Amino acid sequence: MSHHIVEARDVHYTYPGGHEALRGVSFRITHGEAVAVVGPNGAGKSTLLQHLNGTLLPARGEVRIGDDPVTRDTAPRIRRAVGMVFQDPDDQLFMPTVLEDVAFGPLNHGLAPEAAAERARAALERVGMSHAADQPPYRLSAGEKRAVSIAGVLALSPDVLVMDEPSSNLDPRGRRRLMELLKSFEHTKIIATHDLELVVEVCSRVILLDGGLVKAEGPVVQVLNDEPLMLAHGLERPHSLRHRHPH
Amino acid sequence: MHMADALISPAVGGTMWAASAGLLAWCARKIRQTLDHRLVPMMGVLGAFIFASQMINFSIPGTGSSGHLGGGLILAILLGPHAAFLVIASVLTVQALFFADGGLLALGCNIWNLGFYPAFIAFPFIYKPLAGANRATPRAWAAAILAAVIGLQLGAFSVVLETTASGISELPFGSFVLLMSPVHLAIGIVEGLATATVVAFVARARPEAVPSPAGSASLKPALIGLGIAALIVGGAVSWFASAHPDGLEWSIAKVSGREEVGGGAALHEKLARVQEKTAFLPDYGFQPAEEPAAEGEPGPEPWPAVSAGTTVSGVVGGLLVLLVAGAAGLALRPRRVAS
Amino acid sequence: MAMAHGGTVQRMDELAALESPAHRLDARAKAVVTFAFLVAVMSFPRHEVVALAPYVLYPVALLSLGGIPARWILKKLLVAAPFALFIGLFNPLLDRQPVALPGGLFVAAGWLSFASILARFALTVSAALALVACTGMDRLCAGLERLGLPRAFAVQLLFLHRYLFVISDEARRMRYGLALRTADGRAPSLRVYGSLLGHLLLRSMDRAQRIYGAMLARGFDGEIRILGTARWTARDALFTTGWLAFFAAARFWNLPEFAGRLLTGELR
Ligand SMILES: Nc1ncnc2c1ncn2[C@@H]1O[C@H](COP(=O)(O)OP(=O)(O)OP(=O)(O)O)[C@@H](O)[C@H]1O
Ligand SMILES: [Mg+2]
Repeated sequence: MSHHIVEARDVHYTYPGGHEALRGVSFRITHGEAVAVVGPNGAGKSTLLQHLNGTLLPARGEVRIGDDPVTRDTAPRIRRAVGMVFQDPDDQLFMPTVLEDVAFGPLNHGLAPEAAAERARAALERVGMSHAADQPPYRLSAGEKRAVSIAGVLALSPDVLVMDEPSSNLDPRGRRRLMELLKSFEHTKIIATHDLELVVEVCSRVILLDGGLVKAEGPVVQVLNDEPLMLAHGLERPHSLRHRHPH
Repeated sequence: MHMADALISPAVGGTMWAASAGLLAWCARKIRQTLDHRLVPMMGVLGAFIFASQMINFSIPGTGSSGHLGGGLILAILLGPHAAFLVIASVLTVQALFFADGGLLALGCNIWNLGFYPAFIAFPFIYKPLAGANRATPRAWAAAILAAVIGLQLGAFSVVLETTASGISELPFGSFVLLMSPVHLAIGIVEGLATATVVAFVARARPEAVPSPAGSASLKPALIGLGIAALIVGGAVSWFASAHPDGLEWSIAKVSGREEVGGGAALHEKLARVQEKTAFLPDYGFQPAEEPAAEGEPGPEPWPAVSAGTTVSGVVGGLLVLLVAGAAGLALRPRRVAS
Repeated sequence: MAMAHGGTVQRMDELAALESPAHRLDARAKAVVTFAFLVAVMSFPRHEVVALAPYVLYPVALLSLGGIPARWILKKLLVAAPFALFIGLFNPLLDRQPVALPGGLFVAAGWLSFASILARFALTVSAALALVACTGMDRLCAGLERLGLPRAFAVQLLFLHRYLFVISDEARRMRYGLALRTADGRAPSLRVYGSLLGHLLLRSMDRAQRIYGAMLARGFDGEIRILGTARWTARDALFTTGWLAFFAAARFWNLPEFAGRLLTGELR
């Protein structure tokens, strides 16, 4: 349960080519919160997210999930608690059929094939994709692919859901469905996105990242309504907020 | 230059299946032992890359035609021989299953011809020792071209051996070799150029993506590699040549239906052009190699008897080829010292 | 040719996704029978033509059972023909020994072996295509793995097949972008080619790296586990034994000749 708390302390990361993508990022996210990470292209959002399940390890500082610091040794355990949905579903859906793909995680975690298939079916049901169980993933639409990658993560029953640009490439209906789905999850959610309307609907708090640093942090309405701040970091004040809080 | 099922006898097909399957199992075990799990997606994606790369051609200066990457050599450079062999085998399997390229019975032959030679001969014995640490130098280019040519020649030669040993085609060994060899020399040069260019680009853009050769370069493995290749080819050629002493002229005269070699040569050229077309278009300019299983093969009639005398002449021929190849190796040497 | 790669594979996958009695058979049954078929066909002496005829039954049966369009298979046969055709054409030229045909005709033995090569080619290629079209890559790989194919290779085939589309799409976009920027539609120079393909390669490697990350995120430990839902039924056993018996019979007795004699004997 304590796994629901996600904490970053002064995280630095430099890519092998020498690019300093994170330059001291700190925040704390508590149980059941839905937090958006926003910022312009190249701000370091994806890089930051990859630190949350140990895909990348900080050069300096640390990330803690619950009581555990994320290290090479704890990473396999941490990954059971932190489910990660990647930006491009094609990177995540590598198995030959949808069902096989969703069952991939449960099988790795030692479930017997029948139990894993059972879990996979339940997860597909949850995201409304049961009908596609036997299809190959590459034949799905972008929205369906996204839903299946989320199912693949849900099948692991994680405590924390981390998602990178979940609404990219979706048409309005697919995006609407995704937002409803996200709202229905009780997990702690951390979502990197450029889709500020989604932030308004799904999240309660925002972390604004730029140049590898946290530039602002706070309740959604407060941060996203700050027009000068938004413009300074390549963002826009979302329309829905304009209507809700006319000046 | 995929072998087709229709041209192959079960004995040859089975032998080559066994050889390729054994090598495959060994490579799979080797890869497991590295414990480098990153290889699993990397091999899959690079196999797909080899397919996709064939959608993009470059124009070959002065010929009006175009070429593309075959794959065996670049895979070996990027992944090392074991993983490369597995990837080549998977590409060929998909080609056989989806494109009817080759065929299932001939798959063992094709995997051997196009996988073994580039991965286990051309790369470790030619390219690796000769290329040097910097993949963008003329020397690395020359090494890639030499490696690709030798790999392809050995492969083309294997095709001939396997076909002749199967005894279903009537094409005599000698003329078949003459048909395949020049064409695959051309394909080899194109393959080497494409490989070297892409490797040089990647090495410049992201040096860590191209494993650099371990330790200081030495010519010895290259000479050993060339020696092995030359001995195998030389030995086998003379062995066959002695069984068909009248080999070439006879076959050309017969093919052309005329006695003048001129007419025969013209037809031969025409056929070579046809083969070139078929090799460039529906096929993939993969590497080939030589067939070690050949010696033990108790095949049907077209297999000539082995005699000490002819094998000696084969070895002499092999040494001659070795000499030429050694000269090529030496020609590369000064640049290595300079760089 | 390469332009068709994605399309060819995709068409095959579509066929493999059909529902039919042939598709429902266990992949292992189809694989074993197809393999036996290939060996049987290839084991005939090289001048044999007539005795091969009964074997047509197998690919035809599988393809029609599977609802695979005949046009598709014929087109694939034509596309794949050149090499066998080219090499086979030498036979009539080189093997001129006359052979007596029924009815007092003589023909060069090479023509017989040429015909035999073509027949073998058509048989083996259509059987192999039928196998994949009625099974699909995923079930075939899972089945072969259970028949002893090394796991690493089965996984390699699956990944290759999976990412064929993704990487081919990237290559197609690159080629399109290139076509927009080159006036004469000629292939690019080696230099341009190197940077184009180099980029494609780097992107592919990056993708592999991301896939690896996604695999790790879901507990990958070096071992790919497959659900393995296939079940061997009595129908599979019947299919396998039935065809194997038929292949053996057709191999040891010249069925067409037998039938012919029976027929003419009756007529007389
Ligand atoms: N594999 C890599 N190697 C080197 N540099 C990288 C790599 N991945 C990202 N970078 C660099 O790190 C910086 C941060 O990248 P990151 O992907 O985290 O940004 P992002 O905020 O997710 O951007 P986007 O909104 O475009 O997804 C960028 O400048 C990028 O160029
Ligand atoms: Mg990003």
